Amino acid sequence: MSYAILFDSTRCVGCRNCEGACAERWKIPYNETIAAQERLSAHKLTTIETHGERYTRRLCMHCAEPTCVSACPVGALRKTTPGPVVYEPARCIGCRYCMLACPFQVPTYEWGERLPKVRKCDLCFDRQLAGKPTACAEACPTQATVSGDRDELIAEARKRIAANPGQYYDRIYGLHEVGGTSVLILSAVPFEQLGLRSDLSQQPLPGLTWNALSLVPGIVSVGSVLLGGIWWITHRREEVARAEEKS
Amino acid sequence: MKRPPVWTAIFVMVLLGGLYATWQRVALGLGAVTHLSDLFPWGLWIGFDVLCGVGLAAGGFTLVAIVHLFNIEKYRPILRPAILTAFLGYGLVILALLFDLGRPDRIWHPLVMWNPHSVMFEVGWCVMLYTTVLMLEFSPVVLERFGWRGALQWIKGIAIPLMIAGVILSTLHQSSLGSLYLIVPHKLDPLWYTPYLPLLFYVSAISVGLAMTIFESWHSSRAFGKQLEAPLLEGMARLLAVIQTAYLAMRFADLWNRDALGLLARPRAETGLFLLEIALMAAPALLLYRASIRRNPAALYACALLAIFGFIANRLNVSVTGMEAASGTHYIPKWTEILVTLMIVALGFAIFRLAVKKLPVFAES
Repeated sequence: MSYAILFDSTRCVGCRNCEGACAERWKIPYNETIAAQERLSAHKLTTIETHGERYTRRLCMHCAEPTCVSACPVGALRKTTPGPVVYEPARCIGCRYCMLACPFQVPTYEWGERLPKVRKCDLCFDRQLAGKPTACAEACPTQATVSGDRDELIAEARKRIAANPGQYYDRIYGLHEVGGTSVLILSAVPFEQLGLRSDLSQQPLPGLTWNALSLVPGIVSVGSVLLGGIWWITHRREEVARAEEKS
Repeated sequence: MKRPPVWTAIFVMVLLGGLYATWQRVALGLGAVTHLSDLFPWGLWIGFDVLCGVGLAAGGFTLVAIVHLFNIEKYRPILRPAILTAFLGYGLVILALLFDLGRPDRIWHPLVMWNPHSVMFEVGWCVMLYTTVLMLEFSPVVLERFGWRGALQWIKGIAIPLMIAGVILSTLHQSSLGSLYLIVPHKLDPLWYTPYLPLLFYVSAISVGLAMTIFESWHSSRAFGKQLEAPLLEGMARLLAVIQTAYLAMRFADLWNRDALGLLARPRAETGLFLLEIALMAAPALLLYRASIRRNPAALYACALLAIFGFIANRLNVSVTGMEAASGTHYIPKWTEILVTLMIVALGFAIFRLAVKKLPVFAES
């Protein structure tokens, strides 16, 4: 069982109940001004985005191999076995490398705080453990957002596309993006028209930095021997020259 | 030697401005003193203070390798100033990090909370370990000044492993700053994003380390009325030209290899910034092949300065301008960010001056 969310943008009416429910669950203030800001921020861990006639949602995608988890130097971000990527504020040093690294530009920062934290959706980890749907799914009047098992939701998404091929763009966003995500998105139009990046690679990103990091032990061991050797040779030459001078 | 009063006045003003920005940073947080945002989380303090600061300190390990490991004794007179520059550089990088980290009080966390999959973790450890090594490499200067023979003997005993460790830590650190950006293939402009970023960061750090050595030798010789070590600097300049040429060849081979050269035909802001950076790097490389320029102190100094500006342009392009288009926002540093950076640079100059005056940096006993 792996927790996931299926967001079907063709069903979304832009009521923003998900935003309100999310704010309530995190105990973050929510009002009309905040509702009008259609971007993720420390006040808004999910947001509705208006693209002409259509609405979409932004929230943490909960990648299968999260870039942010690999980037965090102190392990403040963690991928849990059931799926959610969770954040432990007590470890965070505030380097914000997770924000730089995230291909979806999800983690946000409490810029106005003296002792700030990173903020992002945790897929209602505690609610899911208790067998409840996420707060956003529970609040959605049109079931545009549903939460459940990832495999079942993928099957459901495929079923919807097959039943109404004219109504859907024939792809599931999140199935393969950067190695797959726990948030899946259906759309009537190509994803870039909803402001989603459709040019992301299918490979998880942490491998890119691991390629370099895995060279470290080799550089240390070969480098030490090499430099030690160079030192020995250059100084030995001097010794020999000195000895020859004496004789 | 007296410093012209206008410089003293500028120094005091920069210092006061910086202290005001520091107070704001502490009292009000990052949002109040920077133009950073959720879409643009790293700005001037990372791009200049950290990336350039570490690079400009590279003269330390380059000269340690040349003098101690390759045993090319003639460069010894400029070894100590280079180590001092590196030590100061790393100290100032740590100071800059205290400004930039959201929770500077937790800067020690990577010591006990490990994530070996994070480049930032490697960066953190390299900063801590190499600063320690630099402190030990520089300590003989202080110990000589106070005549502490015992400690001096002890340092000499561990000198060789210490220096090897320093060169290796530098190699790791300089390259890992490039590795940081390997994780953003969809954000960094293709003129700069390449899997070879770590190698390119390393090679460009070596050449800017040489340029910095020439730069500070020139300044020291003027400030202290001593002879410029002309034949030494000429040798360094030749090495600089060769390494810089190799670096530029690698850059273009990489662009060719990735079919990215065609991007230069497009009229984008990135194209202009790229060409500026390349011109600043190529000009000194080409000029320094001429012996007449290497032997002319003013021309040599100008070339070193160009190479330093080229390096800074590169680091800022990777960390700021090359990241802008994909971020969906514009970032221009706030005046308080600039004041903090100026203060840190000014502190660097002032401490270097003080250390050179009070300690046997230029004369090894």
